[in-house]
Amino acid sequence: MQLSPVIFYLIAALTVGSAAMVAFSRNIVYSAFSLLGTFGGVAGIYVFLGADFVAGVQVLIYVGGILVLILFAVMLTHRIADVQITNRSVGRIPALVVIGIFIFLLIQSIRETPWAKAKEIVYAPTTTIIGEWFLERYLLPFELASVVLLAALIGAVVLARKETRE
Amino acid sequence: MQQLLNQLIQEGYFHGAPMELVYAGFMLLAAFVVLSFFVAPLAGITSWLERRVWARIQSRVGPNRVGPQGILQWLADGIKNLLKEDIIPTAADRRLFALAPYVVFAGFFATFVVIPFGSQLIVADLNIGILYLLAITSLVVVGILMAGWSSNNKWSLLGGMRSAAQIVSYEIPAGLSLLTIVFAAGTMSMQGIITAQGWAPWNWFLFYNPFTFVAFFLYFTAALAEGNRTPFDIPEAESELVAGYVTEYSGMRFLFFFFAEWGNLYVIGAIATTLFLGGWQIPPVTDHPILAGVLQFIVFFLKAYLWVFVAMWVRGTLPRVRVDQLMSLCWKYMVPLAFICLLGTAAWMVIWPQGNRLASFFMFLIGLGILGLFLKRVSFQIRHARPVLYLKPYI
Repeated sequence: MQLSPVIFYLIAALTVGSAAMVAFSRNIVYSAFSLLGTFGGVAGIYVFLGADFVAGVQVLIYVGGILVLILFAVMLTHRIADVQITNRSVGRIPALVVIGIFIFLLIQSIRETPWAKAKEIVYAPTTTIIGEWFLERYLLPFELASVVLLAALIGAVVLARKETRE
Repeated sequence: MQQLLNQLIQEGYFHGAPMELVYAGFMLLAAFVVLSFFVAPLAGITSWLERRVWARIQSRVGPNRVGPQGILQWLADGIKNLLKEDIIPTAADRRLFALAPYVVFAGFFATFVVIPFGSQLIVADLNIGILYLLAITSLVVVGILMAGWSSNNKWSLLGGMRSAAQIVSYEIPAGLSLLTIVFAAGTMSMQGIITAQGWAPWNWFLFYNPFTFVAFFLYFTAALAEGNRTPFDIPEAESELVAGYVTEYSGMRFLFFFFAEWGNLYVIGAIATTLFLGGWQIPPVTDHPILAGVLQFIVFFLKAYLWVFVAMWVRGTLPRVRVDQLMSLCWKYMVPLAFICLLGTAAWMVIWPQGNRLASFFMFLIGLGILGLFLKRVSFQIRHARPVLYLKPYI
């Protein structure tokens, strides 16, 4: 019996199941906590792909940072659970049409993409290569991302300052 | 550990068995052994020792009834809490309330995967060891928020919020000071970092340069804050929040949180030992593999446990800080200092790629000097405090 396909499908089920829970749960706090399963499952899939560094960073950033931020936002918002989330100004039929078109496009693009299938996943350390590529081949995107993050940081400080001045 | 398993497989112990099942079984066995024979007694005895040390600091006696000197107190507490009724408040969110202790505990227990107790004694020497440690402990934050929210109690919610804010903030100086060592060692694997150091103190990364010396204290302070320990225990400040996020918990669920807290003390010590204090490195005294392994384990354990003791000491000595003081300490002092350490170490490595032996030796002497001054102060205090009660060991 091969164990790794079983584990893979368990992780995939966890990811998709929690993602469904995020989307369908009536309680927004449940939705937020379900993200834990989704992020963890994605990290597991990265491990299966042999991307150890990316898996670690996925957990560190998404579970430790983004999930906690989302939870903060949810918990600190007054009476967030009582808000009527459904948008009633747009009817169901236009929504169905838009979603139909979107699904059609999605399926079409999945079918037309020439998926390259890795012959064999090499479980080797990736950290050094990632570091070298960031500073050599992909230096510009890396620096651009840093500038965007810096702008976001400054923006956050500006917003926070405005609030205290008033 | 994996080498041992591979050797067993090669010798034909598991002939015909599916390899993946063998590995999975071995992992489960390792988790079971580590949990029941190491982590549980460790956390238990730490809880007893902390109560005793704390009592002595406050001129009390502490628990001394169960077993010699009360050393079995943790077993009595464990049995008592297991037999208690499992109370879930009516207004609480049952599912999340029940789940939260396990999330916290999983986040704490998973760190033991990468803690190197000896050159062979490690569950898995991950290539991304430190990143894994930082990542997996973020589960604890989610668990604490879960506990705080699901209890449906304002103290719990406030405690959970405070705790999460504190952990998220202090993760930055802690992570940066760990990164300083990753720079110096050139690897994130725990064993790789230890082998980059030597058994002699001046070969430790603590004395690698002045910046790593500072980084060590930054890490220890930030780790205490991340572990919700006094003087940073505002999430469970008794005078303000009853017990913070554990207010509604009782019995075994309550114990799970504190199991994680006491065990986490040892994890802090173990990380500090691995990164800064040379880990299991011993002088070359023996060639016998098993004897060397035992010596390595003892050296590692003692180095790590020393910091557990220091944390108890700090807890018994310092008052709790306020919320605003906590945040300003982190963001105004520790984060900039951690960045200076990081950049300083990077510059140091550009100037002296092989490290500077003379500077290391000098730093070691400075460290010895600080230790000497500290011991002088402590002995002065003890001499002037009429230590009749607390130096008599058998009360």
